[in-house]
Amino acid sequence: MDEKVGIIAVAQTKYEECKEGVDLSEMIYEVVKEVQEKTGLKFTEDGTGIDSTVTCSQDLWDGRTISGEWAADVAGAHLRPEEKVAGDGVSGVAYALMQILSGHYDIVLVTAYRRESITNGRLVEWMSVDPIFHRMLGLDFRSAAALQARRYMYKYGITPEQCAKVVVKSHKNAKNNPYAQAPKDLSLEDVFSSPILSSPIRALDAKPVSDGACALILAREEKAKKFTDKPVWIKGIGDCYDVHFLGDRDLADCDSLMGAAKQAYRMAGIENPVKEIDVAEISEEYSYQELLWSEGLGFCGRGEGGKLLDQGITKMTGEMPINPSGGSLVGNPSTVAGAARVVEAVLQLKGEAGARQVPNAKTALVHGIDGVCGQVHHVMILGI
Amino acid sequence: MARKVAIVGIGQTEHKTRHPECSHAELINEAARRALEDAQLTIKDIDAVLNGNMDLFEGHNLLDTITVDGSGAYLKPGRKMNTGGTTGGTMVTSAWYHVASGIYDVVLTIASEKQEESGGNTTSAIITCADPLAYRPFSTGAVGALAMVAARYMHDTGCGEEPGAIARVKAADNALKNPYAHLKLHLTLEDVLESRMLIYPLRLLHMCPQSSGACALVLASEEKAKKITKKPVWFKDHVISHQECFKRPLSPDPTPSMISQTDAARKLYQRNGVTQPRRDIDVFEMYEPAAWAEIAWMEDFLLCERGEAWKLVERGVTALDGEFPINPSGGVVSTNSIGATAMVRVAEAALQIRGDAGAHQVTRKEPKTAVATAFGGCNWTIMTLLSKNLD
Repeated sequence: MDEKVGIIAVAQTKYEECKEGVDLSEMIYEVVKEVQEKTGLKFTEDGTGIDSTVTCSQDLWDGRTISGEWAADVAGAHLRPEEKVAGDGVSGVAYALMQILSGHYDIVLVTAYRRESITNGRLVEWMSVDPIFHRMLGLDFRSAAALQARRYMYKYGITPEQCAKVVVKSHKNAKNNPYAQAPKDLSLEDVFSSPILSSPIRALDAKPVSDGACALILAREEKAKKFTDKPVWIKGIGDCYDVHFLGDRDLADCDSLMGAAKQAYRMAGIENPVKEIDVAEISEEYSYQELLWSEGLGFCGRGEGGKLLDQGITKMTGEMPINPSGGSLVGNPSTVAGAARVVEAVLQLKGEAGARQVPNAKTALVHGIDGVCGQVHHVMILGI
Repeated sequence: MARKVAIVGIGQTEHKTRHPECSHAELINEAARRALEDAQLTIKDIDAVLNGNMDLFEGHNLLDTITVDGSGAYLKPGRKMNTGGTTGGTMVTSAWYHVASGIYDVVLTIASEKQEESGGNTTSAIITCADPLAYRPFSTGAVGALAMVAARYMHDTGCGEEPGAIARVKAADNALKNPYAHLKLHLTLEDVLESRMLIYPLRLLHMCPQSSGACALVLASEEKAKKITKKPVWFKDHVISHQECFKRPLSPDPTPSMISQTDAARKLYQRNGVTQPRRDIDVFEMYEPAAWAEIAWMEDFLLCERGEAWKLVERGVTALDGEFPINPSGGVVSTNSIGATAMVRVAEAALQIRGDAGAHQVTRKEPKTAVATAFGGCNWTIMTLLSKNLD
C-alpha cells in the first residue's frame, strides 16, 4: 500500500441473546451515533464529513431483500453512497480501505449488524449450502462443523480436553469485557456436561444466538490525524476462498486460511507471526476452530494447534493472547463477528481495552470467516 | 495515487426465462469464461474474483461460496456484494476500487440471477424490501411503484398512452438485434396498447420480464490494460446516490420523481464538464424496468427539460439511429436478470465504445463516451461514465 489508511473511531453494542425493544435500525443507530459523536463527523457532501457508507449484513438473516435498507435511514444513505458487503465485517473493513485507496473517498463509515434472535439461523445456514447435492441432506453449518471437528481430531489427535480448554479460556477472558454477552465461570467438567448438539460439538463448544452491531470510521492518513492522536493503521489484508463441497477438501487442513494469511503477512511484512503479532482476535464459531485456525494462521505447524494452547502461548498472559475479548464463543452474531474483532483490536492498540488490555500491544491480527466450515477466510493486520 | 482502470474483457450469457440445462455455478461459469476469452486471459491471470446477486430471488445465502467452482475464486481473494437492483453496478464499482487501490491488478467481477430457482415469484421477494412494520402490508412490488411513475407522468404532461408504446416498440426493435436479449418480440404500437393492463396505466408489455442470466467483466490497471487489449474502455467517474425508504411515501411532494437520479446526474455532469448531456454523451444505457420509466427518467437524469421527454421519444431521438440513442441493447424491458442487469448496462455501453456491439451498434457516430445507470432498492442510483480515451 502506497498510502496509509487509519481507523479513527470504533463502537459496539453490548451483545445480547435477544435485544428486545429495538429494531435493527435502532440498534445500528446506537453505534453509528457513537462514532459520529466521537469524531464530530457528519454526513455532509462538501468533503468535510463522511463520504461513503459500507454496510455488512445478509438478506436471508435479516428477512429482507436489500437488507442494507435497515441501515439506510440511520447511516446516512440520503443522496450519498451506501454499498453492502454481503459477508463478514473484516471483509467490509477491507472494502472501505479499498474505497479510500482507490481515491474515490477520504472518510468511510462501516457498520455491521445482525439480530440472530429474529431468524431461524439453522434454516439460513441450510440455504447457504449447495442446493442440488447438499441441501437434501439437511446439512447446516453446525452439522458440517461437527464433521470438520471429527476429522481434525482424528487426523491430528486433538483431544476433547483441548477443545474444552478453549471454551474455558474464552469465558474467562470475556469476564473482563463489558460488551460480552454472557461470560461464565466454567470448568472443563461444565463443558463436558453440556448437552451434545452435533457430536462431538456440545452446547458450550458452540457460539450462542446473539444480537449486536458495530460501527467504525476509516480515514486517509492526512485526514485521520485531524480526528485522533492515535489512528490505528491497516497494514495488510488477505481474503481467500476454498472449494464449497466438503468432500473436495481435507477438512482437517485450511488451505484458504493459509492463503489469506500469506497475503496479509506479505503486505504487512510479517515473517514470524507469533513473535511479531502482540494480540490476535480470531473468529471461532466452535471451540475446535481456534486450534485449527491457529494452524492456518501459521501460529504453529499443522496439527499443533492443541500444543500451542497447552503451552499457554495464547492465554491472556502468554506471548500472543488470542481473543482477550472472549470472542464469538461467548456471543457475537456471525458477520458482525469480524467487525467486533476489528473493534477489539483497535481498542487493544490504542490501550483502551480496560481490564482485558494486553500490555504494549503494537501489532494485532484480526480474522473473519464466511461460509461452511470456514470456506472463506479474511485476515487483516493492524498496527500503530 | 489512485490508478486508472479499464474494462478489458466482456462476457454475458444468453438471457432466458429459465436455464434448466445448467446450475447457477455453471451459468456464472459461462459468463466468466466468455469475459476471460474476450480478454484473451485465463483464470490464472486473475488476482481476485467478485461475485454478486440478490439472495432472496434464488433463496440461496452466500451464493459466492456455493458457486466457487463456477466463478474461479478457488484459492483467490474476493467478496460478494448485494445492493438490490443496483447489484450489477456495485459489482462494477467494487471491482474498480479493488484495482484502483493498487492491491490487485486484474479482477474478474460477475453478476447473475437465476430467478426460476425461486419459482419465478420475484414480486414476493421484492415486497420484503419494504419496511416490515410501515409498508410491507400494502407493498405491491415493482409493478405498483412503476405504475405510479407512469400515471404521474401522463397526468403532468397530458401525453396520452402513445409515447409508452413507442418506447416499448423501440426497445423490441433493438432487442431483436441483440443476440443476448431475452424477449425478442416483433411488436407494433397496437400490440402494446392492447396488451393486458397490470396496474393502470402500466400494461403487460410495458413491464420488464423475469430473466435468468449472468454477466462478467474483467477490469485491469492502466499498465496491464494496455498490454491485454488494443481496445480498453476507461472508467472516468461514477456517482452513487441513494434515497431513504421513508422519504417518498411520506413526502408532502406527490411527484414520484427520482431525486437520487437527479442528484447523481447533477454531480456526474458537474464533475466531468458535461454541460449538454445529449451532446456530450454518445450512448446512454439506462436501467428502465418499465417503458414509461425510460421516458420519465430521461427528465430525472437531466437529459431534457421537464415535460419534453415524450416528445423526443415520439421524434425518434432515442432510437438506435437517433441523435441520442438510449438502450441500443433493448434495455431492461427486454432483458432483466436482476442481479446482472446493471452490469449488463455497463457491458453494453462498453461494447458500443469498442464498436463491438454488432447489429445493435449505434449508427450516427462512433461513440466516445457512454453512461450506464443502475436502479434499485427504494430509490437507489449508480451512474457510471465510460470513455474511449484515457484522458
